[in-house]
Amino acid sequence: MSGFWSFFIIALTVLNLVAAVWLLMATSKSKGLPQGETVETTGHTWDGDLQEFNNPLPRWWLWLFYLTIVFAVIYLILYPGLGNFAGVLGWSQTGQYDTEVEIADSRYGEFFAQFADLEISELARNDAAMTAADNIFGNNCAACHGSAGRGAVGFPNLTDNAWLYGGSEDAILLSIRNGRMGAMPPMIDAIGGDAGVANMVEHVRSLGGLEHRPEMAEAAKASWAVCAACHGMDGKGNTALGAPNLTDDSWLYGTSRDVIAYTIANGRNNQMPAQLPLLGEERSRVMAAYVLKLSGQVDD
Amino acid sequence: MATAIADTHSAATTRAESYNDKVVRQFTIMTVVWGVVGMLVGVIIAAQLLWPALNFDLPWLSYARLRPLHTNAVIFAFGGCALFATSYYVVQRTCHVRLFSDGLAAFTFWGWQAVIVLAAITLPLGLSQGKEYAELIWPIDLLIAVVWVSYAIVFFGTVALRKIKHIYVANWFYAAFILTVAVLHIFNSLALPTSLTHSYPVYAGVVDSMVQWWYGHNAVGFFLTAGFLGMMYYFVPKQAGRPVYSYRLSVVHFWALISIYMWAGPHHLHYTTLPDWAQSLGMVFSLVLLAPSWGGMINGIMTLSGAWHKLRTDPILKFMIVSLSFYGMSTFEGPMMSIKTVNALSHYTDWTIGHVHSGALGWVAMITIGSVYMLIPRLFGRESMYSVKLIDVHFWTSTIGVVLYIAAMWMAGVMQGLMWRAVNDDGTLTYTFIESLNATYPFYAVRLLGGVVFLTGMLIMVYNVWKTIRGSEIAEQPVLAAA
Repeated sequence: MSGFWSFFIIALTVLNLVAAVWLLMATSKSKGLPQGETVETTGHTWDGDLQEFNNPLPRWWLWLFYLTIVFAVIYLILYPGLGNFAGVLGWSQTGQYDTEVEIADSRYGEFFAQFADLEISELARNDAAMTAADNIFGNNCAACHGSAGRGAVGFPNLTDNAWLYGGSEDAILLSIRNGRMGAMPPMIDAIGGDAGVANMVEHVRSLGGLEHRPEMAEAAKASWAVCAACHGMDGKGNTALGAPNLTDDSWLYGTSRDVIAYTIANGRNNQMPAQLPLLGEERSRVMAAYVLKLSGQVDD
Repeated sequence: MATAIADTHSAATTRAESYNDKVVRQFTIMTVVWGVVGMLVGVIIAAQLLWPALNFDLPWLSYARLRPLHTNAVIFAFGGCALFATSYYVVQRTCHVRLFSDGLAAFTFWGWQAVIVLAAITLPLGLSQGKEYAELIWPIDLLIAVVWVSYAIVFFGTVALRKIKHIYVANWFYAAFILTVAVLHIFNSLALPTSLTHSYPVYAGVVDSMVQWWYGHNAVGFFLTAGFLGMMYYFVPKQAGRPVYSYRLSVVHFWALISIYMWAGPHHLHYTTLPDWAQSLGMVFSLVLLAPSWGGMINGIMTLSGAWHKLRTDPILKFMIVSLSFYGMSTFEGPMMSIKTVNALSHYTDWTIGHVHSGALGWVAMITIGSVYMLIPRLFGRESMYSVKLIDVHFWTSTIGVVLYIAAMWMAGVMQGLMWRAVNDDGTLTYTFIESLNATYPFYAVRLLGGVVFLTGMLIMVYNVWKTIRGSEIAEQPVLAAA
């Protein structure tokens, strides 16, 4: 902040504290009056009988007040507070954070370092790694994927071995480390408006082996090419693009006609945030192993 | 009831010689009504935390919409009406003059009720500015500003017309409350409207946060503290029949309180993007605030010296003294929670909720209830309340309710803080958030019980007030000649 505002803050702070001290000193000059009844009132009367004694300030209270002001002065010398003055301890909250992270890294880094040489499939069989991963999953992943990893509407189920971006060790690690941006564009204009969408819903249901109206599904085939660009001619999806396989039992948003129609007409945007900045390399690998295990690809 | 509280003023010529108690009666009755409504909504949302299905999948009943309705109803409807009622009563009695303008006073009553009703409609509809304790949308904010300026004109106009040179201490506190709330409300609500129901604040980013909590904490400091200290300074010595303990102490703690409270807001933003220096100043001044706050408690409680025996027989005095004790407790707890190290544990937990309710139920509600029990017979031409016994029952109900509530939230809060920071040997967190929520469940049940007990007390009050005012004959009260 500029020198002026720094000065402004310092001046206001000091002024308020000095004024408090002055107020206390000016009013605490005790004349040694005895407490209670023998103290006289101020001589004013309101509303018939309202009066005020003028007892001296209680000593313990006065000293409590002074004590807090002394604390304030010491604190503002040690810590940032007076404008641009950083305090003699050089403390800052970002500094405190960095220190705590450093301590945590030195304390726990070794634990995760022991996994550095293990393959992800080996990590998935390591009890210590999986116990840690279970805790990390509960706090970092469960909010979207559910505490058991079974997903939620719009958030993939991790236990069904159906993959948007592939279920290999490398693909899983990449998803965790860098996150994913899933986008399906709105298709309503490309496939012939509401009627086209209604037909396509039946075609999509037919691909998934669900109950459908064959003549409508047949009618949609003419415009399937625009869908096939991502989902493939056979509807089996494309893990390079994150385009879902439409022929399996895994449905991110559900199977109802309304939901499928909404997805086709309006498209979808999905995001898995990158975890590398939060977890670091070692924990990301441990989590990849955990997800691999969740999907049932690891034999005990 | 409509006839009971009807205006019984006779000829206009006698008006100047009597107090305007009509507006006081109106605000006093609405204090009780809104108290029940606001606390009922509180009980409903407490129950929703226990049984989420109680929102019945209706957006208008969802927790996120009812919670601001609860806070607005108890702070601004219940607390606000209590402050209007008592300040209008006190300023007339201690200035020995009728209210400055009957018309403007009536406007503040109807205007304030309109604000409350609009809040009760817009908040469940999901119309909100998203600023805590300042959720109401900009057209209602404008109405609040107009009502509040009118309030200031009535109050300060009355003080200006006073027949006694010295301004009584209660009026200093009411004056500080009225002036500061005007400034806080107007500056925090500055916004650019984009439609009738939507606007953007003129501040951006962390500046917006800072203005919001400058407002938010001073809403506590001036609305819920200075205003109610004004109430305390009239009703406690009146009910005790004793002079105020120390004029000197009231001078010191008044000036210290109003100057130092202004700084305390940043303690709501510890360990955020707010610059370090602002956080430190918020913490330091919050700690310095301890003694000025306790000055008010001491002055209230010590006013009873020489009259302690009255506590045995007078439940109204019990309400007042216990409220001062809760005031002392929460103004000790607040500075402690503002210390960064403590805040790192307490922030975002239910400890904060416990702290707020020890102030809101223990201090604000109980001093109000005591004052209303004292006011009602005087306003409605009765010797005393219909049943003093029922006041005593209400006192114990309230006390037990508050204690259940805050004890549950303290335990829940400290437990949450400890669970959230617990770390395993491998550096991972020991508990997931949902586990802490699960562990909080029993405490939510106790909190609900405490709320229900407190609300029951309010219903006892409604019955007692109803029996007191029904069929009462209201007599004009002449303006007292200044001593």
